[in-house]
Amino acid sequence: MKAFARLYTALDETTATGEKIAALAAYFSAAPPSDAAWAIHFLTGRRPKRLVSSAKLAAWCAEAAAIPLWLFDESHAAVGDLAETITLLLPDTGGAGDESLSHWVEQRLLPLKGQDEAVQRAEMLRTWTELDRRERFVWNKLITGTFRVGASSRLVERALALASGVPEGAIAHRLMGGWEPTPEFFARLVAPDVRDADVSRPYPFYLAYPLEGPLEALGPAEEWIAEWKWDGIRSQLIRRAGRTFLWSRGEELLSGRFPEVEEAGSLLPEGTVLDGELLPWVGDMPLPFAQMQRRIGRKVLGRKILAEVPVVLVAYDLLEQDGHDLRAIPLADRRRRLDALLAATPSAGRLVLSHLVEAADWTEITEARRRARDVGAEGLILKRLGSEYGVGRRKGDWWKWKIEPFSVDAVLMYAMPGSGRRAGLYTDYTFGVWDDGRLVPFAKAYSGLTDEEIRRVDAFVRRNTQEKHGPVRVVKPELVFELAFEGIQVSSRHKSGIAVRFPRMARWRTDKRAEDADSLQTVRALLTPP
Amino acid sequence: MTLLRLTDRGLYCEVGNFFVDPWGAVDRAVVTHAHGDHVAWGCRDYLTSAEGVGVLRSRLGPDARVGGLPFGERISINGVGVSLHPAGHILGSSQVRVEHGGEVWVVSGDYKMDPDPTTTAFEAVRCHTFITESTFGLPIYRWPPQHQVLRDINAWWRGNQEAGKASLLYGYALGKTQRLLAGLDPAIGPILTHGAVERMTAVYRAAGVPLPPTTHAGSLDRRTDWSRALILAPPSADGSVWTRRFGARATAFASGWMLVRGARRRRSLDRGFPLSDHVDWPGLLAAVDATGAERVWVTHGFTGPVVRWLQEQGLDASAVETRFEGDVDDDTGQEDGPEQ
Repeated sequence: MKAFARLYTALDETTATGEKIAALAAYFSAAPPSDAAWAIHFLTGRRPKRLVSSAKLAAWCAEAAAIPLWLFDESHAAVGDLAETITLLLPDTGGAGDESLSHWVEQRLLPLKGQDEAVQRAEMLRTWTELDRRERFVWNKLITGTFRVGASSRLVERALALASGVPEGAIAHRLMGGWEPTPEFFARLVAPDVRDADVSRPYPFYLAYPLEGPLEALGPAEEWIAEWKWDGIRSQLIRRAGRTFLWSRGEELLSGRFPEVEEAGSLLPEGTVLDGELLPWVGDMPLPFAQMQRRIGRKVLGRKILAEVPVVLVAYDLLEQDGHDLRAIPLADRRRRLDALLAATPSAGRLVLSHLVEAADWTEITEARRRARDVGAEGLILKRLGSEYGVGRRKGDWWKWKIEPFSVDAVLMYAMPGSGRRAGLYTDYTFGVWDDGRLVPFAKAYSGLTDEEIRRVDAFVRRNTQEKHGPVRVVKPELVFELAFEGIQVSSRHKSGIAVRFPRMARWRTDKRAEDADSLQTVRALLTPP
Repeated sequence: MTLLRLTDRGLYCEVGNFFVDPWGAVDRAVVTHAHGDHVAWGCRDYLTSAEGVGVLRSRLGPDARVGGLPFGERISINGVGVSLHPAGHILGSSQVRVEHGGEVWVVSGDYKMDPDPTTTAFEAVRCHTFITESTFGLPIYRWPPQHQVLRDINAWWRGNQEAGKASLLYGYALGKTQRLLAGLDPAIGPILTHGAVERMTAVYRAAGVPLPPTTHAGSLDRRTDWSRALILAPPSADGSVWTRRFGARATAFASGWMLVRGARRRRSLDRGFPLSDHVDWPGLLAAVDATGAERVWVTHGFTGPVVRWLQEQGLDASAVETRFEGDVDDDTGQEDGPEQ
């Protein structure tokens, strides 16, 4: 556990990619396979579910630290992270022993599941006294299901490649999909023979980069295609060995969640992998994403919801055909094969070809982007016809070009402290717009300001608090921000009667006074598309 | 009876007609220490500890009328007994003891209990009413042994040398950097300073505080090999053009705030060293206890939690809204002059 805690600290303490990879590679080279497997499991975001509730952990920690619960809560508000608060509050005692990571996970952490409260309490108090500060922090992160560290899966893959000599692409592929963190898995992961394949395993997703600079910089328009950018669930549909698998980009197997798509998938020829977007779809248009959320939220899919929110896969790439990996052939060829394949598959409209946006030149593409909202898309994706299907988010061949967001000038009404690196600062804001001379809260936003601006808003909040409700401060309505958001819908759950998607602060309008902010009427007018 | 009360210009002793750490110009100001949030410009007369006269002068200039009172020596201001007692915060920092008609009040200013060779150690003073800071008034703030932190800093410096990187260590120009200096091992390599740090360090040396030799980084050729050096600079220098000359460099900040991960990450620093010139939670409670005070006024910091905790221990505690900022967690770098 000490080595893993040291690795965590090393990753946490540097922002340099090279140093992170070096720390990871050193860990993987030295760790026993059983530990390395768990480390990869956690580092790639496969964290355990929260095993003990926050409220219980807080109560037990307060007890161990001999402080009242209210003081625990004050401390938590200042730190912004439960695991760290507990780490800081407990007396420093442990650190004598050094059991392995796998021991701590398999013998101590996982057995906590389903234990009654008394056993969990005794176990937690015991572990807290056994571990030193660093280990305790990592342990608490695992217990609270919030283990995250500044190393992307990509860095882990590079470090594993460096430590094992196995090509990065093979490592990435082996890490996709379902696996158990066992020593045998680790041995397979770093095995030099790379001809292996697992029937269920998806390919690493290739992601578009936000467009930078003018379109003309991309070269001749004839070398590119444009497709609508949909707001759905990016997925791979796999047909191998007589079985069908549907994977999300979050590497979650979506079995049973979209039965209509899986059913269509079973009609695909053996050895096929499609890449596309799962969308609620009626006619030739997607339904708003909120409809998809209705489906995602359900454990049991009744006939009614399946009829009301039918889901399709809008397919835009073919990654495997007849069991052959097609990722290295040009996109133009893959598209041609995809087109023919879908035409030959009687999927009853469940597998939809992603249509190309007709445009002769960059001017027409620019024109097309303006129509995105009309077709229910959030912009365009531009792909180079000659491009391979890469790994991860890379600049160069695939670009996403979103439509300009909606924007509204709103007044800061409430502020709450943030968490993580924004702990102790007022960074989470609620904004209001005018309605009949009064401000109505209409959106919450957390992002978009620079650190310097955050500090200034934080200072404003502290000096202009009118009321405190727990962590929430009601501030003097004075600061105006331009909020940007992607979508807007009628909502009965919100006081303002509307709900917006992905709101964030586009600009601090220091040139505007509160009374110059927009009205609810103006915001409502956005409900009708222009 | 209220010997001190809060006015719009600060804590005021009506009987003695003087202020303690006022934030506006007044006739007579008793100053606990020379940090910017405790010193107002334009007062007619300043009184501070004899140890602190030099640092206060360096802030106020040669024309200010600054009187120095040795620690523990008692004078009378309009019939009110006034004496100063070491606070251990920075060179010359003091607590102000005020006595009249059998009533004793003590204003702590900023203080710490941990040993610091650059200032006289904190001394608890018995009183009826204690006015305490609360910059780090939460139980999450428990300083690790500070000699251990200084050892870590020296180890970090050595590690950077091995990696061929200059070590850029940030701390407040007045107080923190001199304390760091006293704890650094000059055998490791050259210790360089930012102009603001060099100025305050000279004031410390003039006051007789023994410190290892330093060189003003600005006086060196830009093509100097910086990789073996440790450079002391105020936090406001972070990210500035001035730091670019050092080439490959590691950055760290020495402050009590660095105990919390988020505070360090927010600054995108390589390291944060929890070295503080303020009391931590156990220190604060111990200080209050040692004064024997029945009444405690809590100023700048986590006033709410400290007041509630003290009330639950049976003390008459309340919050007082001063304009002191304590160790502000931002980059304003209150005591930094322009780079020279």
